[in-house]
Amino acid sequence: MPDRFATGDRVIVSQADPPGHRRAPRYVRGQVGTITAMHGRHTLPDDVVARVAVPRVEPVYAVAFPAHTLWGSGDHTVTVNLWETYLDRAVDGV
Amino acid sequence: MSGTHHHDGSIAQQVRELEAALEERGVVSSSAIEAILDALRTPADGARVVAHAWAAPGFRERLLADGTTAVEELGYTMTGGVRPQVLVVVENTEAVHNVIVCTLCSCYPIALLGPSPPWYKSEAYRSRVVRDPRSVLREFGLVLAPTVQVRVWDASAETRYLVLPRRPHGTDGMSEAELAALVTRNGMIGTAAV
Repeated sequence: MPDRFATGDRVIVSQADPPGHRRAPRYVRGQVGTITAMHGRHTLPDDVVARVAVPRVEPVYAVAFPAHTLWGSGDHTVTVNLWETYLDRAVDGV
Repeated sequence: MSGTHHHDGSIAQQVRELEAALEERGVVSSSAIEAILDALRTPADGARVVAHAWAAPGFRERLLADGTTAVEELGYTMTGGVRPQVLVVVENTEAVHNVIVCTLCSCYPIALLGPSPPWYKSEAYRSRVVRDPRSVLREFGLVLAPTVQVRVWDASAETRYLVLPRRPHGTDGMSEAELAALVTRNGMIGTAAV
């Protein structure tokens, strides 16, 4: 399957909070960031922890978030690595 | 279980007792444990990578473009753990300062720096450096000019980050070994300049 996203895409982190493991830090859930790099394809830890027989292997992206959107202040950026499942395309104006 | 089994000792004592029990049952041998400890990397390994990047511009370019492959030139591998890792090297410049963290647990470039320092695993560092890195860095003694852009890298997946510090002034004639001796662990985490 082709990668859903490319460098420069604006994405929003899913706020889904299913039971079990989800490797998306809470401070970026629901936040909009920009994909700055692709970091290869990796086994989804959620499936590994749930002992799924054939865990999904997905693209992992580096997503940069401006501090002021995360915290309301700050001039730095925070970059987080996120599996494709955690991301949706950000709608303009979000 | 023997009568010596108890939980009121220090962690170190409990580990020694566990090790002794496992050896007694033939699960592990002390020589195997020593071999693993001997194979552990130390910050001197990461310093060797940094010094080579300072001395060899071609290597620096390859390291920044694809750290995972570039460090293999020096005999290091990111595939020694449970899962293969990706190494991303982030370069400090006059305009940009990088700092690494793992907010979910304690992911760290062990393959190049060895075990992480205790503060790296502390809740205080992990929660504060993503929120107010300039204040945290100031507490480490690193005061950045307001014009310097700060980039925080949260190692939340299989990627491990390493900071390539700025080469200090006045080191033009130095050998790679002399350069490596200047590179500190905190310099490669981003909580210090070199």
